Amino acid sequence: MMKEIRIHARAGQGAITTANLLGYAYFLEGKYAYAFPHFGAARMGAPMNAFVRVDAEPIRLRSQIYEPDYVLIVDNTLLRGFNCFAGLKDKGIAIINAEVGFEAPKVKPSQKVFVIPANAIAEETIGRPLGNTALIGAFAAVSGELKLETLIEAVRQIFSGKAEEGNIAALKRGYAFIKKV
Amino acid sequence: MKKFLEGSRAVAEAIRLCKPGVISAYPITPQTHIVEELAQMVANGELKAEFVNVESEHSAASCVLGASATGVRSYTASSSQGILLMGEVLFNIAGMRLPVILTCANRAVSAPINIWNDQQDSVSMRDTGWIQLYVENNQEAVDFHFIAYRLAEDKSILLPVMVCMDGFILTHGIESVDIPEGEKVDKFLPAYQLPYKLDVENPLTLGPLVGPDYYMETRYAIQQTMKDALGVLPKLAKEFKEIFGRDYQDLLVEEYQVKGAKKVIVAMGSVCGTIKEVVDQMRAKGKKIGLLKIMCFRPFPYERVYQALKDVPKVAVLDKALSLGAQAPLAEEIKVACWGKKKAPKIISSFVAGLGGRDITAESIKEIYRRLNQKEVSLDFIDLKPELLKEKYG
Repeated sequence: MMKEIRIHARAGQGAITTANLLGYAYFLEGKYAYAFPHFGAARMGAPMNAFVRVDAEPIRLRSQIYEPDYVLIVDNTLLRGFNCFAGLKDKGIAIINAEVGFEAPKVKPSQKVFVIPANAIAEETIGRPLGNTALIGAFAAVSGELKLETLIEAVRQIFSGKAEEGNIAALKRGYAFIKKV
Repeated sequence: MKKFLEGSRAVAEAIRLCKPGVISAYPITPQTHIVEELAQMVANGELKAEFVNVESEHSAASCVLGASATGVRSYTASSSQGILLMGEVLFNIAGMRLPVILTCANRAVSAPINIWNDQQDSVSMRDTGWIQLYVENNQEAVDFHFIAYRLAEDKSILLPVMVCMDGFILTHGIESVDIPEGEKVDKFLPAYQLPYKLDVENPLTLGPLVGPDYYMETRYAIQQTMKDALGVLPKLAKEFKEIFGRDYQDLLVEEYQVKGAKKVIVAMGSVCGTIKEVVDQMRAKGKKIGLLKIMCFRPFPYERVYQALKDVPKVAVLDKALSLGAQAPLAEEIKVACWGKKKAPKIISSFVAGLGGRDITAESIKEIYRRLNQKEVSLDFIDLKPELLKEKYG
């Protein structure tokens, strides 16, 4: 069955790489994925979305994602101006990158929200506040959609050197953070 | 080999396998990633080509014109205003019968400035003498470049080909793409040999002044060659299938559930994927609907389109472009294809959608099928926001 993921971020925060990593991991697991961005103002710092659509069959649907199964929020300041949960499926899951103690918005009882300090993890593992890989590590743990090993393989293919090691560490920390919760 | 690649990167891989000798381009969103990738391949020595950096798209087009005229396989890419700035040279390349290949990463045109996707840029260049192919997905974006070079360099054709792919939706869309082995591409696309070229040993003039006594014949010749291209494409499709295994029917149109359909949408580009999805959903509910995908827009395959549509009672044409003040460009062609025939669709309605990147959803497509009823729509916009038209300023 088709699954849809919507990522909320600002241009320059690595949302396209995040979508690429997720899509690539699905691809490695034998699924068909279509990862794509939509830019708002096409300026660094402007709100933007990246999307991943996944299925057992080749993806033909080319529209943006309005009723996601999963929402990943890379930058929680976007919650102030946007309804990042718009269209989230009844049994949908949202994962928010925010500090411990962050008060997550209320959602339907059937929906789930997870908060993970992905930027803090990234500071320690990568040395920069780019929480994307910690966030998708958390995604793997929350959703059971992807194996952690496949995501690690995807990171190995896309990053190299210090960034590769840092991002793999961030992935594992993100995954472990949820598993502990 | 199957790879998970961004559309632009996939096109760059395809061009690398086509082994052009000269690449020249000027960056413009959403085309930039293609030529950035190619520049890197040249710098890394993975592609033995001259990458010529220029100060404008007019120069980029002029550069590949010159290179092609000296007998070197040439490539460029652009979008939107870049394509418009190339306009003058595009006519020259076709007029000089030079088999240049250009990727148009389709984007809206200014003003107002809009970087997002529609097809107004390439469609507005439909009268330049370039053959135009439109792709649905990134696999077609790869494969159609091999086909484009074969077609352009065919001794009976010698015309430039523009491969049009939707900006962002495909250029920035990452998906599974099969990048074929170089040997297969070499087998399908032999080394470039121009029957005549600029050569100091054998001087020749290309594109000289031609008076009223000769000019009209040069245009007549291109018009005839365009018709010939309609015959070459199906042959190339067959040969392509034998080597690569992928079936593009006759490379003119793709009929998707058209047989026995009561309602058919005609469209081109990536939106055809969304339409196929809707067709499958609605077919499962017993609705007899289909899609006619136009792959070749210039030359326009009138007879082939007529044969596909003649038994369909209701046809809707979806344009992602406009000819301001006239019928929508694709709709016009479909009406011409069916005009004056005894057996023809009773209704041919015209809809414009997706301008400036307005998202075309499955719901937009369903709306078109719904509006395909007893009353013909001469031209209407889908997903228009009438409330914005009432806004007042000053």
